[in-house]
Amino acid sequence: MIALLAFYLFATVTIASAVLVIFARNPVHSVLWLILAFFNAAGLILLTGAEFIAMLLVIVYVGAVAVLFLFVVMMLDVDFSSLRSGFTRNLPFGLMIALVLLAEIVIAVGAQQAGPVLARGAAAPAVDAVSNIEALGTALYTRYLIPFELAGLILLVAMIGAIVLTHRSRGDVRGQNANRQISRRPQDATRNTRPVSGEGVTL
Amino acid sequence: MIGLAHFLTVAAILFVIGVLGIFLNRRNVILMLMCIELLLLSVNINLVAFSAFLGDMAGQVFAMFVLTVAAAEAAIGLAIMVIFFRRRGSIAIDAADQMRG
Repeated sequence: MIALLAFYLFATVTIASAVLVIFARNPVHSVLWLILAFFNAAGLILLTGAEFIAMLLVIVYVGAVAVLFLFVVMMLDVDFSSLRSGFTRNLPFGLMIALVLLAEIVIAVGAQQAGPVLARGAAAPAVDAVSNIEALGTALYTRYLIPFELAGLILLVAMIGAIVLTHRSRGDVRGQNANRQISRRPQDATRNTRPVSGEGVTL
Repeated sequence: MIGLAHFLTVAAILFVIGVLGIFLNRRNVILMLMCIELLLLSVNINLVAFSAFLGDMAGQVFAMFVLTVAAAEAAIGLAIMVIFFRRRGSIAIDAADQMRG
């Protein structure tokens, strides 16, 4: 009963905030609705018993991706009202595309339910035997080891790419010269003197 | 009782909303990237739901890969958008006509 209630709560809030993402006038509000959608989707995924993916969704999507969006929206000084000019013009066409897509999905699900396409397995025997995170880790580090490492490579490429794309060298800022710092020796920088008492030192 | 169809319905509606958002906001690149995130989120819900109901771990592993690709795509997309904004002073997608594509 509580699971049913939680499912409908999460599903309703997810869909409502997804609608508000595309209809919000202010892009900052859009990002905030997106965060709400991610949170509730994480709740939905939690209900299926995949707790690790749910936590990953909160950490990666809410903690990194949505904050990145928020940062960029607030950093760029964009006139967002002019960007909405084609909104009503695109509305009939967009709604038509969306309806066609929805009808196709309904037909596909109906066809799948009419005849057995797959044999239904028992409800998650592998997940019940060990904890979810243990099963996921076992799958990830044995059978899917190469794809897992490739995923890490994708993240590395994305990180380097984002840095290379957005980095610009500015002429008016004195940067750090690491080579000069490291090659500095004490005997070049300091000097031993023997000052006479009472006469001060000359530098 | 909650079945597989419930989760598939939610994911389908989320996917359609994402596609609708891409078609409605033809000029705002940030909103288009957010809609792509919504699409990938709905795919993730599908993968995890199938994984849980068929008792196969592969769905959750691939949900993680989709998550990785979504994060990489958001980072690269926003970086391209930032340099585009520096160059043109706007993020309208019809200002991107330099390559005459």
